[in-house]
Amino acid sequence: MSDASHWSIFLNAALVNNFVLAYFLGICPFFGVSSKLETAVRMGAAVSFVMLVASVCAFLINLLLDAVNAPYLRIISYILVISSTVQLVEMLMKKISPTTFRAMGIYLPLITTNCAILGLALFQTNRGYGFTQSVVYSLGAGLGFALALVLMAGVREKLELNEVPDLVKGTAAALVVAGILSMGFMGFAGLGR
Amino acid sequence: MASKEVTSTDEFVKGLWRDNPVFIQVLGMCPALAVSNTALNALAMGLATTFVLLMSGLSVSLLRNFIPREARIVCYICIIATFVTSVDYLIMALSLELHRALGAFIALIVVNCLILGRAEAFASKHKPGRALLDGLGMGVGFTLALLFIGVVREILGSGSLFGVAVFPDGFQTWTVMVLPSGGFFAMALWLLIVNRIKQKQAATAKTVEVTS
Repeated sequence: MSDASHWSIFLNAALVNNFVLAYFLGICPFFGVSSKLETAVRMGAAVSFVMLVASVCAFLINLLLDAVNAPYLRIISYILVISSTVQLVEMLMKKISPTTFRAMGIYLPLITTNCAILGLALFQTNRGYGFTQSVVYSLGAGLGFALALVLMAGVREKLELNEVPDLVKGTAAALVVAGILSMGFMGFAGLGR
Repeated sequence: MASKEVTSTDEFVKGLWRDNPVFIQVLGMCPALAVSNTALNALAMGLATTFVLLMSGLSVSLLRNFIPREARIVCYICIIATFVTSVDYLIMALSLELHRALGAFIALIVVNCLILGRAEAFASKHKPGRALLDGLGMGVGFTLALLFIGVVREILGSGSLFGVAVFPDGFQTWTVMVLPSGGFFAMALWLLIVNRIKQKQAATAKTVEVTS
C-alpha cells in the first residue's frame, strides 16, 4: 500500500499531475464540451461523479481479482463495470434533469469510453492506494478535470469574440490554448510532493 | 450505400489522408499526445493500436451477424479489451523498458475512441476482408500521425531522433516540447499544416470547376 498522505494525493491529482493537462486523459470531452462555460461546468460535474463511482468500483473489483488471482481480467472487468455505471448515471440524469441531459448530448455516453475514467482506475491500482486514498484520489482528479474544463471554456468563450484567421480556428486554436494552460499548470510541480 | 463502388485500395488509402484519424477526425488524441514525446514511443504505440484495430475489426466483422444490436457496444468493448490485454502482456514480454515508458497507456488503448468508432461505423457493416483493409489503413494513418508528432517533439525537445543526436553539441534543447504542453503545440502545428493543405486543395478544386 502506498503511504502518501491524503492531502498530497489530492493536490497531486488535482493540480500537479492534472489529468487533462499533464496526462492527456479525457481530451475528447475536453475539446468537445469546452466551448461554453455552462456545459463545461455540467460536464465537469458528471465526470467527477463518474470518477468517484468508478474509483470505488475499481477498488472492489481489484480486491476480488486479487482474491481469485486473475490480474489479466483487470482491463475487461474495469471497463464493463464502469460503462454500466455510466449507463446508470445517464438514466438517472434523464429522469432528474432532462435539460442537462439534452445539453450534454452525445458526450455523456462518451464518458464510457473516456480514458480519464479508466486511467484513474488503473493508476490507483498501479500505485496501490487503499480505499480512502482511492476516494481522495478520484475526488482530486475529478476536481482537476472540472477545473481544466472550466478554465478552458472561459478562455474559449473570449476567443469566440476575437478575430482569428480561418486557418487556426477551431481545434488548432484550442490546442494552443490547452498548451499554454498546461504550461501554467507546470508551475504547480513540486507542490504536495 | 455507395460502398459497392469503393475499391479496396481506397478502403486502405482513406485512412492515410482523407479520413486520417488524428489530423482529420481528431480521434484518439489522448495517446497521440501522451506517448509521443519520443519517436520510438510513438511508433510502438502506433503499432500496438494498429494490431488492436486489425484484430478487433476482423472479429467484429466475423461476428457481425451474431451480435445482437442492443448489446453491440458491450460486445465490441469485450472484444477490444481482450486484444488490448494480449498486447499489454506481449509488450511486457518483449521489452520491459518500453512497457514502463508507455505505462498505463497501453491498457488505455481500450478506450481509444478510434477503435470503437471503426468497429461501430465500419467493421459491423462490412465483410472481414474490407474490415481488415480499413483497420490497416486507419492503423497506419494513426501510426504515421503519432510518428509525425513524436519526431517533431523529439528533435526539438531532446535534439535527437530515435535516440540518435541530430544537432551539434551546442544545441539548446526546447525542454517544453518534451513536457505535456509540447504535445499540444506539436499537434497544433501539424493541424495547421494539414488545414493549409486542405485549403489549397479546395481552392484548386474550385478554380478547376470554374474553368471547365
